[in-house]
Amino acid sequence: MEKQFTIKNPQGIHARPAGAIMKKANEFPNATISLEFNGRKVSAKSITGVLTLGMKAGDAVNVITEGDQAAEALDAVGAVLETVLD
Amino acid sequence: MQLKGIAAASGYAIGPAFIMQEQAQDVERKVIDASQVEAEVSRLQHAVNQAMAELEKIKDDTAAKLGEHHAEIFATHILVLQDEEFVGQALEKVRSESVNAEYALHEVAQQLIDIFSSMDSEYMRERAADFRDVSKRVLAALSGEKSASLNDFESPVVLFAHDLTPSDTAQLDRSKVAGFATNIGGRTSHSAIMARSMEIPAVVGLKNGTETVNNGDMIILDGARGLIIVHPDQDTIAAYEEKKQKFEKRQEEMKLYKDKPTVTLDGKHVELVANIGNPEDALGARNNGAEGVGLFRTEFLYMGRDNFPTEEEQYQAYTTVAETLGKEKPVVIRTLDIGGDKELPYLELPHEMNPFLGYRAIRICLDQVDLFKTQLRAILRASVHGNIKMMYPMIATLAELRQANAILDETKAELDKEGIAYNKDMEVGMMVEIPAAAIIADQLAKEVDFFSIGTNDLVQYTMAADRMNEKVSHLTQPFNPAVLRLIRMVIDAAHKEGKWAGMCGEMAGNLTAIPILLGLGLDEFSMSASSVLPARVLLSRLSREDMQDIAAQALMMEHEDEIQRFVQERVEAVNQLLV
Repeated sequence: MEKQFTIKNPQGIHARPAGAIMKKANEFPNATISLEFNGRKVSAKSITGVLTLGMKAGDAVNVITEGDQAAEALDAVGAVLETVLD
Repeated sequence: MQLKGIAAASGYAIGPAFIMQEQAQDVERKVIDASQVEAEVSRLQHAVNQAMAELEKIKDDTAAKLGEHHAEIFATHILVLQDEEFVGQALEKVRSESVNAEYALHEVAQQLIDIFSSMDSEYMRERAADFRDVSKRVLAALSGEKSASLNDFESPVVLFAHDLTPSDTAQLDRSKVAGFATNIGGRTSHSAIMARSMEIPAVVGLKNGTETVNNGDMIILDGARGLIIVHPDQDTIAAYEEKKQKFEKRQEEMKLYKDKPTVTLDGKHVELVANIGNPEDALGARNNGAEGVGLFRTEFLYMGRDNFPTEEEQYQAYTTVAETLGKEKPVVIRTLDIGGDKELPYLELPHEMNPFLGYRAIRICLDQVDLFKTQLRAILRASVHGNIKMMYPMIATLAELRQANAILDETKAELDKEGIAYNKDMEVGMMVEIPAAAIIADQLAKEVDFFSIGTNDLVQYTMAADRMNEKVSHLTQPFNPAVLRLIRMVIDAAHKEGKWAGMCGEMAGNLTAIPILLGLGLDEFSMSASSVLPARVLLSRLSREDMQDIAAQALMMEHEDEIQRFVQERVEAVNQLLV
């Protein structure tokens, strides 16, 4: 499954939001969850991967999920992506 | 000798220099025997575990000392050390290339550091520091060395380092390190952010501070100006000692006013809000206790790109700010103020002899209506997400105001037709920065909800003195009686129509100007976020009624110097707070 989300955090996805995304993604052990942005695709379960995308406020990012609970994972990770955490 | 860097955390430190030497870390590539590979893997794993244990302790100490918020960076570092993409890759490299643990880790970290360093946002570039910090800690664990403490000083020093990692900074003891200066880094580096919270004065980005200064040199560190004075004379030291005392007293007082409304001694509430230039600044405004945003410049959306921002991009940016500040807090969005000295490559503007008097701001928007309408639609749509207001820059005539309002009405009608929601009662005001507008403020006031006085341009246009031209900089006089009288006209005109008047130029945060502005009846003061708390302390100690008298006297004076001296002498609170 695939859906686009927009980053709302004014400072972009820095350490704290990236940690929150990674933790949420790891709540779905049997789903593959990827983030695709700017021509790069990384695992949402890796904080390093999420950070290296360098997503800023207003950027649109694709979340792609496969496996068990793919739909739930898509919504849950998407919601964290759109949360404002400073 | 003076060194100039970036002001990272305000305050003053006076003391001998201590230069922190970088420990060179061995990252030589060594091929290891196949039989030793698993031992090397477990050596790396062991070092990673040790680093995690150290980080757990630093995290707990930091949480106790500075609060959970600052400790979270170390929680992130721990997550990085648990991440397959980082340590997992390094372990993999040891196995696949039969190389030493140091080299494998360093290579993987360096790749990530390179990715962050090439990002276009300063904030993201700074994330490279997190990976440097983490890998440095693991490398230290691999070498078996204990990292030296930065607090082994008998009396307070001014610490100079090439760079301080977040964990170095978090562990500084304020009674041993009076301030620090680094060669690299910016205002959003972790060390700079932490220094501000820990209230350790800091200057970053000195480039070659550690090479220029010697151990034991007497140093004054001026964190407000980003300045290092090496071997100051006795008079300079005495002057800075006084500044330091005043500053520290003011800091203590400011804490009491952080999330309070701004109320004068005689019980009048004035609105104290911040100027911001992009959505990131909204956090700074909130964290500095601003009651909202009095000027949201929208040029950032248009600059540094090849085409116009879409309605959707703008809508997202405006919504982000409104949501960051919270529903009730006002956010005044200024429509596009481009032209003059700000150019857009994709909007071909002719070269002008006098760009400040030329085709700019509302003049462009009224001419290129589609461009204007896109922004108006985005602002209107965002208006349902918070307390959004809007204002036009550079209005000179009543006709321009009417034309802008007509385009706004047209845009609203289009949204109505499309069934798109917006706040029908959104306040619409204008900036007063052209003397012509100030003089007919009584006529303009009937057709706006508010005025916001832009003093930087108002001074430049009133005095006919280019504020970029050093030869005439003595004429940039915000306290000139001519300017003050125009300000009074604008405030009076607004009040006569039952409207409010604000100010969003630098003058609004000027501690000497505030008593006069309060006395003239200004309702809203909008300034850079860092000026908000000092302004609130001052306003809380002034009575509007007393300041009416001060303002009346000031406006009768002949020179701007005289007016400033008069306020500083007569208003004791100003004198106490000026640092």
